[in-house]
This record gives sequence, structure tokens and C-alpha cells, in this order.
Amino acid sequence: MQLYLPIAEVSVNAFLILGLGGIVGFLSGMFGVGGGFLITPLLFFIGVPPAVAVATGANQVVASSISGVLAQLKRKAVDMPMGAVLTMGGFLGSGSGVWVFRKMTALGQIDLFVQLSYVLFLGLIGAMMLQESLRAWFRAKSGAPIRRSHVHTWVHGLPLKMKFRASGLYISVLPPLAVGAIVGFLAAIMGVGGGFIMVPAMIYLLGMPTKVVVGTSLFQIIFVTAFTTLAHAVTSQTVDILLAFLLIIGGVIGAQIGARVGVRLKAEQLRILLALLVLTVSFKIALDLLIRPTELYSIMPGMLP
Amino acid sequence: MKRPALLWQTLALLLLAAPATAAPEAIVAGLSQNRVSITADFDGSEILIYGAVKREAPAPQGPLDVIITVEGPATTLTIRKKDRRAGIWINTEAVHIDAAPSFYAVATTGRLDKILSDTEDLRYRISPTRAVRAIGLSSEAEKPEDFLDALMRIRFDEDRFRLQQGSVQLAEDTLFRADVLLPANLTEGEYKVRILLTRDGKVIDMQDRVVNVRKEGLERFLNTLAHQMPLLYGLLSLALAAIAGWGASVAFSMIRR
Repeated sequence: MQLYLPIAEVSVNAFLILGLGGIVGFLSGMFGVGGGFLITPLLFFIGVPPAVAVATGANQVVASSISGVLAQLKRKAVDMPMGAVLTMGGFLGSGSGVWVFRKMTALGQIDLFVQLSYVLFLGLIGAMMLQESLRAWFRAKSGAPIRRSHVHTWVHGLPLKMKFRASGLYISVLPPLAVGAIVGFLAAIMGVGGGFIMVPAMIYLLGMPTKVVVGTSLFQIIFVTAFTTLAHAVTSQTVDILLAFLLIIGGVIGAQIGARVGVRLKAEQLRILLALLVLTVSFKIALDLLIRPTELYSIMPGMLP
Repeated sequence: MKRPALLWQTLALLLLAAPATAAPEAIVAGLSQNRVSITADFDGSEILIYGAVKREAPAPQGPLDVIITVEGPATTLTIRKKDRRAGIWINTEAVHIDAAPSFYAVATTGRLDKILSDTEDLRYRISPTRAVRAIGLSSEAEKPEDFLDALMRIRFDEDRFRLQQGSVQLAEDTLFRADVLLPANLTEGEYKVRILLTRDGKVIDMQDRVVNVRKEGLERFLNTLAHQMPLLYGLLSLALAAIAGWGASVAFSMIRR
């Protein structure tokens, strides 16, 4: 069934979009990532203009994250205070990220900048996660005693301490604020929710238990992507509500299934799979930069800055 | 077969109603529709352009041909070229195009270079390359013609530019008709239709028509809302996301119970 999208101004197959939303929603529910780093390139691929893809992708992430959070809430796997602190940091970072995004657009190198950020951050985080989770997996298999991650470092000496009951942490609010800000900054530049950065940051930097990480990550993604969607709708009118609607219908169903599949998998396995997924996307984007493109020229509407 | 009958009736009327002109041969033409509505199920549209050649005197010597162009609203463009720098492919050179039509189709009775002289092409801007306006291009890049070639290549690949040579049917050097397909990725605006009559490569008459392409119904409503009340539109998008997310969660917990 062909459907004409009012903002994107292209005609697409409605079932294809539903399917795309479903797949991304599934991954989102399973890993606690918003899926923005998958949906945006996929939309490019089917011919949706990049600006519309980024903005509409953010809108779909809002829906799948809400659906995912509600599933996680039933398992009491959301650390609300932690989520609130991360979100606050996220807004600060996102504001400055939008500013840098504008600067790079004016320089005409935003594509390169976005692609390089993807390769760098996805590659780095994917590799780190893969290495750590594989080690954890082998250790669990060989039956060696699991080392406690609760080690006192300089992080624990910071002021403004707060109790995060669900995470079992008593730490300063400064590290989560900083993590939120960095993620928000990258999210605004890369046009994603930032879950793939947030999840490992919460595990490795903040020492949060894996069971609350997914829910808390989704919780803060809701706010960051809602902010992004609104910003795009107001400044550039690039949110396609019809496209978002189709993606959302597929996405929310996928997210529910994904959340249930995720429960059955072990934490290490989940992390290995997410790491592989992140690495695959990073590798694909790196290839695009390194291999000679079939079409060297590209057409952009509008004037040279 | 209601359409041809209607067509000939319209033609007859047009022939009668057409004012006498000084030109020995003049075009009388009509369109199957002068508006195209883009609705949710829009998947391209076909316009039929038909007409006749009206003569006061016997036809002069030389081959007679018809050229029809359909031109979508023009926009400014930036064409960028990728180059290898430090191992990676990045945008380096860029060229600015003053005005390029978002859609451009040329339908003819024969090969364009045979039925239209170069000077006439230049004057009427008929071939797709001429339809693009780029002034001062040479100062912006080393090989500006490469950029124009790329623009043509990409637009033809996207089906936004089309050259249908020999697709206009001309009967008895008098009656002609042509179909032009408008693609699904259409831009809103006024589409200019030109019908040109040539003899021996020279344009002897030209007629202009306009087809209005407009979004209708839901498409129109959403587009207007997005541009005129962006905040409301954004909040609406978020509300949709929230309701769908919550709804799916509730629905699934009910299924499980």
C-alpha cells in the first residue's frame, strides 16, 4: 500500500515502514536503546530526506521508549531519581550540542562531522562493551568468583551526595549530571537518543546494576528525544507525523516483544549482542567514508552559506 | 471510450474559439486536467496534453514538429563534490545553482537536436541542460561543467528530469497528443506546460498552460499545521507518541493476563 507523506514529500510503502518500526522497536525494548542510530540511516536508505529522517526518527523513539519504560516499570527496573538527574544533565548538553550542530552546518561539513562521530563513538563503545562483556561471560562460565564492582575511587569523594535506592548507590550527583550532559551533547549532534552511549556509561562509569540500566536509560531517552522532536518541529518543520505514526505503530509492538525477549537473556549475552550491533553500524558508516562513493556529487536544496 | 469523444469535442470548440493570429500556423491546445491533487494515496499522475495546428493557408514546406515541456517550480540548489582527503571521502568543492526546476519533462515528436536548432533551444531554454539556470558557475569551481553533468545525471536517475523523444503523436501534421507522467515524489506548486510548434528547427508558435499541483485533504491539513502552528504540531506528534507507547503497553499486559 503506497502512502504519500505530507512533510517528506515522498510516496512510501506503508507496510515497509511498519516493518522498519517493528524491527527497531524490538531492539529498543530488548537493549534499552532508543534505536535512533538505526532508524535514521534506514529512513535515508528508503529515500526520506535526511532532515525529516532525523526529526521523525526522534519522534518514533519517544513512543518506543515510553512503551519500553512502562514494561520495565512493572519489573521495578527504573531508577527515577537517577533518570531525573541524567535528564537534567541531558538538557544542558543538548542545548550546547544544537549550537555546535548549527556551526558545523554553516561550515558545510555536518555530514562528515556526524559520520565521524558515529564511527568514533559507536566503534569505541562497541569495542569496550564487547571486550568487557565477553570477559564477564567467560568468567561466569569458568565459575571464577565475580569481583565486586563496588570500588571506592575519587568519584565517591565528590560533594552533593544522593541516595539512589533502586540502583543501590550513594554517590554525588555530579557524575550522573556530567554523563547526562555528554550524552545529551552527542545526541543532539548525532540526531539520536543516546541510549547506546548511556547504557555503557551507566554500567561502567556510574556502576549501576544492569537490571535497572535499561529502564533508567529509556526513561531519560523519553525526555531527551521529546525535546529534540519539539525543537525540530518548531525550528525546521521537519517532523512528518504520518511517517512517525507508521513507525510508532510498528515500534511500540516491537518494543513490547523485545522487552519480554530481553528478560529471558542473561545480562552478559544482552551486552554482547548490543556491542555487536553497535559495532556493525559503526563499521558500515566507516566503510561509507573509506570506499569511493558511486556518486561523487550530491544535491542539497538551498543556497551556499 | 468517453474520453476521446470529449477530447475531439473540446478540440472542435477550441478551433472555433481560437482568435485569428498573424502566424500562418498556430497551436490550439488543451490539457486533460489543470490541477493535480496530492492526497494520502497519491502515487503519481498522468496528464494528457492534446491539440491541433490551425492554419489560415496551405502548410509551408519543411518538417513540422511538436515539443511539449512540463516544468515544476524552481529552487536554488547547492551541488557538492566529494574528494579523498587523508583517506576519507569528504565534501570539498561546492557549486551554487540559481534556479533548477524540481521537475522537468520534455516530450517531442522526434530527436530534439534534429527538430530544434541550437539558437532556438538557447532562446526558449528547452533541453533539460538549458532549463537549469546557473550564472557565474565558472568562478566557483575548477570544472563547473562536471557539476552540471552530475546534476543532470542525478535528476534523470531520480526520474525528476525526463526526455521523452518521439513520445508526442502527430497525425496528418495537424493533430497531436502526448502523455506526461508526474512522479510520486512531486513538489507542490505551479507546473508550467509549454507547447511549441517547430518547422525546420525554428519555433513558429508557443502556447503556455499551467497545472496546479496541491496537497489536499489530510496532506493539506498536516502540512499547513506543521508550518503555521509548529509548536502545536510538535506537541501533537509527542502526544501521538505517548498515547501509542502507553496503549501498546496496556494492550500487551491485557494479552498476557
